[in-house]
Amino acid sequence: MRPVTRIHSRTAVLADENIDTDRIIPARFLTTTERAGLGKLCFNDWRYQADGSDNPAFPLNQPKAKGCSILVAGRNFGCGSSREHAPWALLDYGIHAVLCSEIADIFRNNALKNGLLAIVLDEAEHRWLLANPGIELSIDVREQYIALPDGGRIRFQLEPFARHCLLNGVDQLGYLQQHGDAITAYEQRVERAA
Amino acid sequence: MAKTLFEKVWDAHVVAAESSDTPAIIYIDLHLVHEVTSPQAFSELRERGLKLRRPDRMLATLDHSTPTLPAGADGERPYANAEAKAQVSQLEKNCREFGVELHGWDSDDRGIVHVIGPELGATQPGMTIVCGDSHTSTHGAFGALAFGIGTTEVGHVMATQCLLQRKPRTLAIHVDGQLPVGVGAKDLILHIIGEIGVDGGTGYVIEYRGGAIEAMSMEERMTVCNMSIEAGARAGLIAPDDTTFAWLKGRARAPQGSAWDAAVERWRALRTDAGATYDREVRIDASKVRPTVTYGTHPGMAIAMDKPVPAARNAVEKRALDYMKSEAGKPMQGMAVDVVFVGSCTNSRLSDLREAAHVLRGRRVAEGVRMLVVPGSEAVRRDAEREGLHEVFTAAGAEWRVPGCSMCIAMNGDLAQPGQLVVSTSNRNFEGRQGKGARTVLASPATAAASAVAGRIADPREYLTEVAA
Ligand code: SF4
Repeated sequence: MRPVTRIHSRTAVLADENIDTDRIIPARFLTTTERAGLGKLCFNDWRYQADGSDNPAFPLNQPKAKGCSILVAGRNFGCGSSREHAPWALLDYGIHAVLCSEIADIFRNNALKNGLLAIVLDEAEHRWLLANPGIELSIDVREQYIALPDGGRIRFQLEPFARHCLLNGVDQLGYLQQHGDAITAYEQRVERAA
Repeated sequence: MAKTLFEKVWDAHVVAAESSDTPAIIYIDLHLVHEVTSPQAFSELRERGLKLRRPDRMLATLDHSTPTLPAGADGERPYANAEAKAQVSQLEKNCREFGVELHGWDSDDRGIVHVIGPELGATQPGMTIVCGDSHTSTHGAFGALAFGIGTTEVGHVMATQCLLQRKPRTLAIHVDGQLPVGVGAKDLILHIIGEIGVDGGTGYVIEYRGGAIEAMSMEERMTVCNMSIEAGARAGLIAPDDTTFAWLKGRARAPQGSAWDAAVERWRALRTDAGATYDREVRIDASKVRPTVTYGTHPGMAIAMDKPVPAARNAVEKRALDYMKSEAGKPMQGMAVDVVFVGSCTNSRLSDLREAAHVLRGRRVAEGVRMLVVPGSEAVRRDAEREGLHEVFTAAGAEWRVPGCSMCIAMNGDLAQPGQLVVSTSNRNFEGRQGKGARTVLASPATAAASAVAGRIADPREYLTEVAA
């Protein structure tokens, strides 16, 4: 994983609450055995019209949302399935951070493991960001704040290990492998007890 | 110190304790695998030149992308597309190469991953169980700590048999009283999610307890735990008891002989101690639950079918009602139905099929309604056919299929058309879940069958009296 230290972008807003993983990437596309190239399927049934053209009513299709890599989403983003295809699709689409007052557990976990910042804000800040699409934000992962255009700052908390991994591009599997001896000791202890 | 059931299972699996800087390393006893969320993890292992740490703790099956119509005369299975077929052969290849036990096409035990784990006795009290699938929470019915993980974590478990986890908080849901006649586990869990909301369990592991839970069969407990994730919870568990032990005894992977007795003695300790505390508690009165269905586009939008649909409180709810064509102020009961689906890891076990067959026996699926009955596993299919349930379904005009996830996730070609209303015993009513534009109403098997007969969303209690032959 590449280190993620700072993300600078205008925001795009999807204000709906409970945007589930089936909306992020519909299940019928999960027959893939790859993780690359899912961006074109991201939000598929929302984003395109029946004839395959862009749906003008989909907020991310609006010209001012183009190129935004910070998504402000309604409460409980990413609920539903454990499919990691959801963060893979978002990243490939160009979204590098999701800001929300509440993010579904498995999605948040999956997102952070792929370098997609999933940041939980308090409700008042979240409401303000939802109401102000298109503002320029700068997210500082090391110092855990979001810089606003007027110089103000929104503080946030990341789970310390996830933050460490993001900042240093740490491979979590590698970290687990370093504990091989402890794992073996655990297995031996359990087998003896049985 | 007094501990909750969750804490007992958690503590027994800590390989390295958590600190402020690092999550705990938790050992995983059983890793379930299916074709959709595993290929990228196997590829990762291959790229890194790694092996599986404990292939003996893995169990794989084919369920999501698999057709539910039998193979043709030429032996070809009617896959939805070439990609689905390739995904299945990829898992077959991966299991061969890495030495994983696969319950594939040639197995008598193939089926939905969360149906076969318990059936084989692989799911046992006190275990940690994971799968790249959010409905892994099903296995919590046995007092196991079972939760869904993403594909990166599937790779972690494959290589190290461990996961990095922060300890979740605990939520007790006490279900007191008795469920009324004709009201079942599915109604209860829809009611609970309606009460606490689709995010009511986020960050928590739920323990379901109380008289109504203790009175339930294992199948019913699985239905309840299955939908924990629909309230946002990572896992849901129920303390194992004599019902659990009787259900598991003699199953292929369950301990045998004296090992069985020793195991039961260990498992009896898996209950929340008196005086242990939860981070949050909720009380539900079972006697108040009525046949419950969903009216919107997430499982929290659930209501007794005879109660008026609440008015939308915001634009998103308004959109959900519009999508569903549900009318605020009118009950769901009576809404016209196009398709009925009985199946999925929520409700595809023998007792679910019996419940649906009980309503359908001697009756016909209404004109213009399509009904699909998909058993959860080959074992369920065999048992159902032995009892003649398949004949009840086909005589009523329903389709009797080969096991798989089918219309629960609509990846295999079993799907509804845009605008069609599906009464479904599955677990998710998200937009497009059962086909683009399809409108899903979640319900119990009895409600699904009654609705098939009526051609409208119907109260199963009106069909519970035997019809004259
Ligand atoms: S039946 Fe549905 S919910 Fe269950 S494992 Fe299959 S797709 Fe997932």
